[in-house]
Amino acid sequence: MKNFLASNKGIVAAGLLIGLVAVTLQKLGNPGNMGVCVVCFERDLAGSLGLHRAEIVQYARPEIFALVLGSFVTALAVGEFRPRGGSSPVIRFFLGAVVSVGALVFLGCPWRALLRLAGGDWNAIFGLLGLICGIGAGTVFFRRNYSLGRNQPGRAGLGLIFPLFMLGLLVLRLMYPPIEGQAKNDFLFYSLSGPGSLHAALGVSLAGGLIIGFLGQRSRFCTVGAFRDLILFRQTHLLLGVLGFLAAALVGNLLYGQFKPGFEGQPIAHTQSLWNFLGLFSAGLASVLAGGCPARQLFLAGEGDGDAACFVLGLMAGAAMAHNWGLASSGAGIGPHGLAAVVGGLVITVFIAILFREKAAA
Amino acid sequence: MSVKVDARGLSCPQPVMLALKALSAHSEALAVEVDHETAAENVERACREKGRQSRIIKNESGYTVEVSAP
Repeated sequence: MKNFLASNKGIVAAGLLIGLVAVTLQKLGNPGNMGVCVVCFERDLAGSLGLHRAEIVQYARPEIFALVLGSFVTALAVGEFRPRGGSSPVIRFFLGAVVSVGALVFLGCPWRALLRLAGGDWNAIFGLLGLICGIGAGTVFFRRNYSLGRNQPGRAGLGLIFPLFMLGLLVLRLMYPPIEGQAKNDFLFYSLSGPGSLHAALGVSLAGGLIIGFLGQRSRFCTVGAFRDLILFRQTHLLLGVLGFLAAALVGNLLYGQFKPGFEGQPIAHTQSLWNFLGLFSAGLASVLAGGCPARQLFLAGEGDGDAACFVLGLMAGAAMAHNWGLASSGAGIGPHGLAAVVGGLVITVFIAILFREKAAA
Repeated sequence: MSVKVDARGLSCPQPVMLALKALSAHSEALAVEVDHETAAENVERACREKGRQSRIIKNESGYTVEVSAP
């Protein structure tokens, strides 16, 4: 089988390109240190659908549609579209919700943690440390025979429904664009201020997302897998992709004038180090138990993995509840129920991890 | 005769975990069954890093990673 992007050199190349596209999306209008953030963008998408009513974060992020559709079209083209499912899907939905909530305590998914670091936001160091520790904690469960079970090949519809849902939302977005000065058109909400109002042009977002969807599918890029494989197996293949991403994002930020080092005053970030650590600890633990980082789950959903699609729906639901229930942080610090967000997430995740231990190896 | 490892339908990192467990438990050849390319690539890479050559054969349910004896 020949797939250059899945080789060591290939995944570095993929990481470099994804990082570059991400910081370019920021240069062209996406929010600060948020060229691409899967959780933030799922949250914005949830807002655009009215699943939450936080007015400053409502926008149907085209990147989300394009990441899935890019992976979908790529997988179809190379014969890797495999409708499959049945590996504890409802559990994966809840893991996705926990990941979202934890990430919104930190204010970013693992990709955004890397982009924040590459933008000079040193608060992200605590987030990344938390992520790595959470992933490490997750590997302990894997060593003790944790498993969500096997998926099975399924009917075509099982793999098609989620990419078609993304396409349907994209069509809705195209048919009902923002109306100047109005927070809502007939169907979708649009932020008039705040991060939801900061976005690249539709075509740019779509193009960027499709490129990343292609690269992600071919290279099997996964930020959580990168640290997981290093801890479990001392393997560095996926980590090479992450380092490529970080390097390109850093260089791109320097060239674009987007590198502003420091702790204070960073865009869409807070300085509460403990919560930055714990938020991504929770997200990292739940992600590794679900088999991959949020972006990886989008790429898998595009490939026809119905279980990954359940995780992504959980991301959206969790993000919506994070804003409805004051779980999400802001630039000022953790939300009114940030502690509950982290504790609740950890309780749910550990409950799942313990319940899904197998008596012997599968 | 190869030792059979069934890693079909499992999420990361289980296919590699099962393969490496079998590698350390047995000194014969292995036949690791997976159902998609990513798992095949991961198992093949993991075995290679342990000094074991392998080849990937397409079959009805996906792929078999045939790992040679040491």
